[in-house]
Amino acid sequence: MLNIKGLKVDLEEEDKQILKGVDLEVGAGQVHAIMGPNGSGKSTLSYVLSGRDGYEVKEGSATLDGEDLLDMDPEERAAAGLFLAFQYPVEIPGVGNMTFLRTAYNAQRKARGEPEASAAEFLKLVREKAKDLKIDADMLKRPVNVGFSGGEKKRNEILQMAVLEPKMCILDETDSGLDVDAMKLVAEGVNALRSEGRSFLVITHYQRLLNHITPDVVHIMSEGRIIKTGGPELALEVEENGYGNILGETA
Amino acid sequence: MALTKPKQEMTDARLAEITLPEGGRWAREAREAALGRLRAMGLPHGRDEYWRFTRPDSLNEATPRPAAVFDAGETEIFSERETIHVTFVDGVFAPEESDTLEGTGLEIVRLAEAMASDIHWAKDVYGKLETRGHDPVDRPFAALNSATATDGVVIRVTGKADRPLRISYQHRNETSDAVLHNLVWLEPGAELTLLENGPAAARFNHVMEVEVADGATFHHVRAQGRDHERRCISHLYARLGEGSTFKSFTLTANGALTRNEAVLWLEGEGGTAHIAGASMGDGGGFHDDDTIFVTHDAEGCESRQVFKKVLRNGATGVFQGKILVKPGAQKTDGYQISQSLLLDGDSQFLAKPELEIYADDVACSHGSTSGAIDETALYYLRSRGIAKEEATDLLTLSFVAEALEEIEDESIAEEIRTRLEGWLARRRG
Repeated sequence: MLNIKGLKVDLEEEDKQILKGVDLEVGAGQVHAIMGPNGSGKSTLSYVLSGRDGYEVKEGSATLDGEDLLDMDPEERAAAGLFLAFQYPVEIPGVGNMTFLRTAYNAQRKARGEPEASAAEFLKLVREKAKDLKIDADMLKRPVNVGFSGGEKKRNEILQMAVLEPKMCILDETDSGLDVDAMKLVAEGVNALRSEGRSFLVITHYQRLLNHITPDVVHIMSEGRIIKTGGPELALEVEENGYGNILGETA
Repeated sequence: MALTKPKQEMTDARLAEITLPEGGRWAREAREAALGRLRAMGLPHGRDEYWRFTRPDSLNEATPRPAAVFDAGETEIFSERETIHVTFVDGVFAPEESDTLEGTGLEIVRLAEAMASDIHWAKDVYGKLETRGHDPVDRPFAALNSATATDGVVIRVTGKADRPLRISYQHRNETSDAVLHNLVWLEPGAELTLLENGPAAARFNHVMEVEVADGATFHHVRAQGRDHERRCISHLYARLGEGSTFKSFTLTANGALTRNEAVLWLEGEGGTAHIAGASMGDGGGFHDDDTIFVTHDAEGCESRQVFKKVLRNGATGVFQGKILVKPGAQKTDGYQISQSLLLDGDSQFLAKPELEIYADDVACSHGSTSGAIDETALYYLRSRGIAKEEATDLLTLSFVAEALEEIEDESIAEEIRTRLEGWLARRRG
C-alpha cells in the first residue's frame, strides 16, 4: 500500500532537515502506529505525504500502490486514496459542513471518472455515517468546524474519512485534546473502517489511543528517522518507561 | 467658502449644460433649490479629501462615457419572486415591463407624476435628507440628482406590505445617462422589503431617501448590474425613528466605477441600522467605493457596517466609513468592519475607517483588513480532494459570508450566494 524509501525532507524556509531518511512500508489492511517525542518529525511526515506547501523533498520516494505521491497535487493524492485526519482541523466560516463534504466527495469521484452523487443520494449516505459518530443534523449544517468543540472537530475528521472512503488513512495526533469518551467514539469510528483494502498510519504521542485502535506494527521515530519497529508491545514499553530507554538503546 | 478656481470653472461649465426638467410648482422650487446647493458647494474635484481614492471626472462630465450592454445570458436576479415589479429602461419608466403600481399596505406613484402636479406630499420628503446630508461633508452628486432627476418611485408604506417591491434598472443603450430619485416613507410600524437590480444606464446617478418612522422596518437588497463599463454614483439616505429597523445590502459585481454612499441617522431610541455589501472585482477596469456615514443621535441604538471586497487582476476597492456618536447618544452599539480579499498582488484596497465619539457610555469597534487566501485552509480543502481553483472559490465565498449574513431573508441571501458562485465559476472557466 504505502511505501516510503529513504525520505529526506527540508523545511523550505529554514533550510533545515526534518526527515533524515525515513523508510516505511504499510501493507494493505494493516494499522501502523508512529510514536515519538515532540519534534521527531511525525507530523512533518504526514504533511509531506499529503502535499502541504513549505517542505522540500531532497531524496527518497513515497508511493501509494505504486503511484508516486510526491509528484501529485494534494487533491490528486486525495483522489488516489490518501486521507489525512488533521491534528488541528481548520475552521471555514460560511461554508456548510454538508456542502464541504459533498464538494469533496464529488470532486474525488469526478477526478476518478466516476459519476457524481445527487444531493439526495449524498444526504442519505452522510446521515448513516454521521449517526454512528453521533454527529447530528445541526453539526452537518453548521459551517465547517466553526464553533465545534475539540471532540466534535475530531469526529468530523473521522466522518470525512468515512464518507470519502480512502484506502490509506493517516491520523495525525487524533487523540490530542480528546477526553476518554470522545477518544472511544473516534476509535470506534476508525475501527469500523478497518478492512482488508484499507490501511492506517496512526501518529500519536501516547499509547492510550492504541488501547482502542490496536496496531499491527509500532514504529518509534526520533530526529527524523524511524529508530525502532516492533509489535503493539513496543507502545506499552513507551507508556511505561518513556522514550528515554529506546532512544538510549539506539544512540 | 469660495470655491477654488478650477472647481468653480468645472462647476460653471457643467451647470451651463443643465436644463431643469419640466414640472409642477413644488418640483420646480425643489429643483432650483437643489441646483443652488450644487452651485454653492461645487462639483467634486480629485483633490477633495472625500474623493481621494475615487476619481470623480467621469461623473462630472456632461456626457457619459459609453458602456457596452452586457448580456449575462441568465435569468434576471429576483425575477422569480412574487413582487410588485417596476422597470426603468435607461432611466425611463417602462410600463409594459412593469406591474400595476398598487399593493396591500402601500401606495406607489412615479416621481415624474408626483412632480408634475402642483401639490403632492412628496414635496415634504424630496431632497430633505439629501439637504441634511451635506453636513459635515458635501455630496454634490446627490444635489445634482435632486436638481435633475427625471423619474423614480415614491412609496408610502402604511402597513405591512404583502410583497416586496422590486425595481429593475435595465441598460439597453450604450450612451444612456440615467438620473433617478426614489422616496420611501414608512409610517409608524410599517414594513417593506425593497429589491433593486440592474446597471440602469451607461452612467447612473441614483438617490434614495428613506424615512423610517417609529417601529417601522425597511429591508433593502440591491444587486448592481454586471455591465463592465457602467458607472454609478448612488446615495442612500435614511432617517430612523424610535425602535425602527433599517437593513441594506448591496452586491456589486463588475462595473468600471461604482460609488455607493450611504448616510444614516439614528434619531429615535433603540433603532437598528445595518448596512452591508459584497463586491466582486476582476481586472484593472474595476473600481468600487463604499462611503458610509452613520450618525448616532439617540440612546441605545445599534449600527453595523459590514463590507467585503474580493479583488483580483488589478481591481480596486475603496471603503470610507464613519460612525459619529453625538453627545447624549449613550449605550450606542456601533460596529464597522471592512475587509478585502486580494487574490493577487496587483489589486488594491484603500480603506479609511473612522470613529468620532462624543458620548462616554458606548461600545464601538471597527476593523479593516486586507489579506490573501489562507494557505492552511486551502491545503485542508485540497487534501480532501477539492481542486485548487474550486477550493479558492469556496474560501472566497467563506470570506464574503459575513456580509451575506446581514441579509434578513435567507432565501434572498441564498439567491445572492448563487449569483456569487456563478460569478466565480465563470472566472474559473
